[in-house]
Amino acid sequence: MTEQHSFRAPLLDADRAIPEGLTDGLGRPAGARYNVYRNNVAVSLTEALETGFPAIAKLIGPDNFRAVAARYLRAAPPTSPLMMHYGAGFPEFLKTVEPLAHLGYLPDVARLELALRRSFHAADHTPADPALLQDVDDDALMSCRMALAPSAHLLRSPWPIVSIWAFNMRPGSAKPQARPEDALILRAEFDPEPLVTPEGGAAFVTALIRGESFGSAMTAAGDSFDVGVMLNLLFTHRAIAGISFEDTP
Amino acid sequence: MSTSMKTAAIVGAVAATFAAHATTASAQDQVKCFGVSLAGENDCAAGPGTTCAGTSKVDYQGNAWTLVDAGTCEEMELPAMADGSARMGSLEALDRDLPS
Amino acid sequence: MFDTDHDGLPAMPGVGYKPQHFNDILRDAAPVGWLEIHAENYMGDGGRPLAQLRHLSERFPISVHGVGLSIGGEDPLDPDHLARLKHLVSWLNPASFSEHLAWSTHDSQFLNDLLPLPYTDTTLIRVADHIDQVQEALGRQMLLENPSSYLAFTQSTMSETDFLRELARRTGCGLLLDVNNVFVSATNLGYSPIEYIDAYPLDRVKEIHLGGHDEDEDDHGAPLLIDSHGRAVVDPVWTLLDETLDRTGARPLLIEWDTDVPDWATLRAETVRAQEALTRVLA
Repeated sequence: MTEQHSFRAPLLDADRAIPEGLTDGLGRPAGARYNVYRNNVAVSLTEALETGFPAIAKLIGPDNFRAVAARYLRAAPPTSPLMMHYGAGFPEFLKTVEPLAHLGYLPDVARLELALRRSFHAADHTPADPALLQDVDDDALMSCRMALAPSAHLLRSPWPIVSIWAFNMRPGSAKPQARPEDALILRAEFDPEPLVTPEGGAAFVTALIRGESFGSAMTAAGDSFDVGVMLNLLFTHRAIAGISFEDTP
Repeated sequence: MSTSMKTAAIVGAVAATFAAHATTASAQDQVKCFGVSLAGENDCAAGPGTTCAGTSKVDYQGNAWTLVDAGTCEEMELPAMADGSARMGSLEALDRDLPS
Repeated sequence: MFDTDHDGLPAMPGVGYKPQHFNDILRDAAPVGWLEIHAENYMGDGGRPLAQLRHLSERFPISVHGVGLSIGGEDPLDPDHLARLKHLVSWLNPASFSEHLAWSTHDSQFLNDLLPLPYTDTTLIRVADHIDQVQEALGRQMLLENPSSYLAFTQSTMSETDFLRELARRTGCGLLLDVNNVFVSATNLGYSPIEYIDAYPLDRVKEIHLGGHDEDEDDHGAPLLIDSHGRAVVDPVWTLLDETLDRTGARPLLIEWDTDVPDWATLRAETVRAQEALTRVLA
């Protein structure tokens, strides 16, 4: 076992003895001084999760959140020095937490918070010129391909995740109704906005993300899909990064 | 193809609206706004002292413990809706960019 | 060997940049001389953090201060992280890059804290090798910062100041002297802070850090200071700064305030006091 392995192992495990060979500078055993490091690690990772999942913290309450975080940070310490990405496994972890099993929507709300964070740090893009579609003919429109901004995310859920998020994060928002919501996260400039995707919109956006043609996306979206509403939403949030008319087979 | 005729007309009309007001918002103004970081930040500060979070001896492997406080989940009435329903399975494929 | 590529930071007060101060900094008629950022917070792909940094870098000299490279680690440096750092440093072209004499990653686990290492011939070779790699990758000199210590290793065979002097000699790196860390370590380990300063390779110091600390106690009731960066710099640390500047002359001075971050006016007041210390030594 290496030196740093011996120093690291008890950091996240208070049942392990403090490493040997540590003193207070005057020759006495370091004792609780080692706990400064234990505490730094646990507190800083807990705070990173609190900052990253504020809606989950509100939903279950701050003390419960810290108890869950204490378990998660020990089960899944960061593997990257970028704290902006910490917590990618938190939504899945929530599914395994028994006392929270009755809150079926929690993992999906956590995924929404994770997607907001990814959107916030995603690459910038130049929005496509809407004029490209202004006088387009049918064939060209149906065969064109639209690239969405790198900051655009889609999350499908059987739960009203956008309403639950808003109820907790935007004071004055209505109480969530029991219905499924597909979240579309769009970042017009720098602030990601979680939106409820209009009917058929999730299938439409999924097809676009997969690189399918506009016509194919329309077919996927189904008969009740309102393409005007959807495009309005995408243009309003500057979410279309490119429109290409090459007919790639 | 009357359907696609209609679609092209709708799309053209929406596009025309946005083309007329294209790109007025300036990135320069936006950058000046205060924005929440939405993420834990790295820094080089130490936590508070030697106590609490790092040293409490609890069974962190166990999944069962008692919920101590209450959050807003108590205010929402979302009864057993679609727990484990078929749609749950579609989450993975559509969630872009999330590394496994 | 890397000494002459950059102008370095001005011998003025600077602050650790916090996004919540962005508007205040731009509105301030007489803001600080330079800003320091934590490298890892600007390694995303885009969005507001990078946009703000680009904007600020047009107006202020920027110091990039890494907190995640794990230079004191037993493992090899993470090549992905080094590549991210290289990317940041090449587009930003900051006035300075610095990191810590500490480790934070082991076996692919990142612990988000600056962990200590013993000072031995073995660790000296390893840390010097890591510094060489960083300076090679970035094509510039880096500064290394002395840590805050809460304990000591029985294994250590040399003092921290000798360790740092030898690292600087072998690698050509500069040093970042954190005066609060000196005060914290000296109190915690029972030595004299001014004797530490006198033993420090002061000719290598290109930047000085100042910050606030918390007070706690160890098992024996002895004072245990914690480097929290969560309050104002205390008077004994300002005194230690004066004594340091008497020996070094004017240097770039940074106020670090990372937790319980105050409003801009409070942070600004700390830089006024730092300017007074500089003015005194220049007189």
